[in-house]
Amino acid sequence: MSRKFTPKVVTGNALIEGDAVWLTEDDRWTREMSEAELIEDEAHAQMRLLFGQSQPSVVVGVYLADAKAGLNGPEPTHFREDFRTRGPSNYPHGKQATA
Amino acid sequence: MYSYSEFDEAFVRERVSQFRAQVERRIDGSLTEDEFKPLRLMNGLYLQLHAYMLRVAIPYGTLAPHQMRQLAMIAERWDKGYGHFTTRQNIQFNWPKLKDVPDILDALADVEMHAIQTSGNTIRNVTADHFAGAAADEIADPRPVAELLRQWSTDHPEFQFLPRKFKIAITGSPNDRAVTKAHDIGLRMVRNEAGEEGFEVIVGGGLGRTPMIGKVIREFLPREDLLPYVEAIVSVWNLLGRRDNKFKARIKITVHEHGIEEIRRLVEDRFTEIRPGFSGVDQEVLAGLEAAFARPSLPERSLGGFESAYTNDPVFRAWSDTNVAEHAVPGYGIVTISLKAHGKTPGDASADQMRLMADLAEELGHSEIRISHEQNVILPHVHKSDLPRVHAALKEAGLGTANVGLASDIIACPGMDYCALATARSIPIAQEIAERVDELKIEHEVGHLKIKISGCINACGHHHVGHIGILGLDRAGVENYQITLGGDGTESASIGERAGPGFSADQIVPAIERLILAYLDLRESDSETFIQSYRRLGPAPFKAALYPETAEKERADAA
Repeated sequence: MSRKFTPKVVTGNALIEGDAVWLTEDDRWTREMSEAELIEDEAHAQMRLLFGQSQPSVVVGVYLADAKAGLNGPEPTHFREDFRTRGPSNYPHGKQATA
Repeated sequence: MYSYSEFDEAFVRERVSQFRAQVERRIDGSLTEDEFKPLRLMNGLYLQLHAYMLRVAIPYGTLAPHQMRQLAMIAERWDKGYGHFTTRQNIQFNWPKLKDVPDILDALADVEMHAIQTSGNTIRNVTADHFAGAAADEIADPRPVAELLRQWSTDHPEFQFLPRKFKIAITGSPNDRAVTKAHDIGLRMVRNEAGEEGFEVIVGGGLGRTPMIGKVIREFLPREDLLPYVEAIVSVWNLLGRRDNKFKARIKITVHEHGIEEIRRLVEDRFTEIRPGFSGVDQEVLAGLEAAFARPSLPERSLGGFESAYTNDPVFRAWSDTNVAEHAVPGYGIVTISLKAHGKTPGDASADQMRLMADLAEELGHSEIRISHEQNVILPHVHKSDLPRVHAALKEAGLGTANVGLASDIIACPGMDYCALATARSIPIAQEIAERVDELKIEHEVGHLKIKISGCINACGHHHVGHIGILGLDRAGVENYQITLGGDGTESASIGERAGPGFSADQIVPAIERLILAYLDLRESDSETFIQSYRRLGPAPFKAALYPETAEKERADAA
């Protein structure tokens, strides 16, 4: 039996601002992780990753990050990805400033 | 200080205009990220967790007031109103936008600054003793030599594609404040038996994944041989260095694998070969640099104002005792401005604070400013009678904390609050430890103690040479903090030893508190510092304080 696939989101940083962004089901890049497409199939994840990586004039450093389903959409499972949804802990800068 | 020549000015401007065109081509899609990345890194531009980060060089940590004001302007106009001074004596801006970076670089060039060779596999900013030119224990100001090395290494055609980055540190004092033994090359000014000035050359030091104390490759190098000798070291390593494995590419591994004797033989051979090519032009340049870095004239003045404030104002007295070091000229002091207010981010200064420090340097400090690798700001030449005014102004701006060299004067890298390489956060741990020792009101009693925190194995926070080092790791998806004990970054350098299992983010501050309190119980006298107690007693009693349950169990088992 193959190992169970951990759900993923496609994420990277916006080219101009460097801000964290996630790929949505309708092919947009969103600044809110909850709007991202939660990918539950490995083959589909690879297709979406390639799609994300094919847009170098919009997004930089695209990769697949582990995620889980939450009440309002995908949520991070690792603290690094959690920090990327908010910003630094020493100042109210980054996404948490506009939230 | 040094002023740009026409050549420097033209070179820096040309690099800015090249980078401006590269950014335009990246944004319009003509360059891919793979093509652009090495170009942006050559100009100090990183992509971090939440934004780009621009690392600006502050050569050997020396800044003029108008440069500090320009950094403040950049912070306000293109960033979020602050800058972060680093353990490499540089400044980092955490929030620039890609399209603005060429304008920022132009604004830096306006004040003879740049971000060249602050990244990539090149010779990086040469760091120096932050008390250079002022220290009472100094043989000579190391900055003219540091500037000579900067000119030699900038855009050096042989050394633009080194196996890995390369860092040189220099000190002119026997008391090593520049951590020379933890650099690829460390240079310590010494005198030989004939009384001539030269350098002890140390090679192969470094922290990171494989921490090493540097080894002496030449006990006495005459001053005029410095450039050819350093060039010989870098060129030997350039050929031998392990380009097959990034983790084994630094010169510390090359020295470790080949042995210092073999490296010395190769370097001396190479030195003999290239020495005749150095015609003495470098020594003429150096003589000019020495004039440029001459100490300002420091007239003798009355100490009246200082003595009455020292007697009557206990807050001033505490600050003066802690933050002001002995100057070579009687009546003057070296002021260290702490960027470590309890609970604040180590090394951060707001634009307003930068401007205030620039004003104070200009009015009362002979227009000189230094940045220390310990992430503080130095006013190297302040007359003692001006100290009460300096202190009052600093206090009002949140810069009057009297903690230099104490438990809350913590070095911390940006960690996972910013850095894409980090495995855990550093800043909140530093903030919590500083707040806790402030609550306990014990740091003046504890005395000299260096706590250093890195958020990953690359050790930007120098944790290996902290008396207490803290390394943040990711253990099964949770932040975990490992403690090392007994490190030392000075002339008696040593690498700290791991104390035992790591602590969670909740447990690390109480663990540090137990350690500090245990030291207070263990020390022989008030004058025995933490590191002295540790060296006298060894790790056992400190480990017992860190892991009381294990210690308890061992006692029970022994009984």
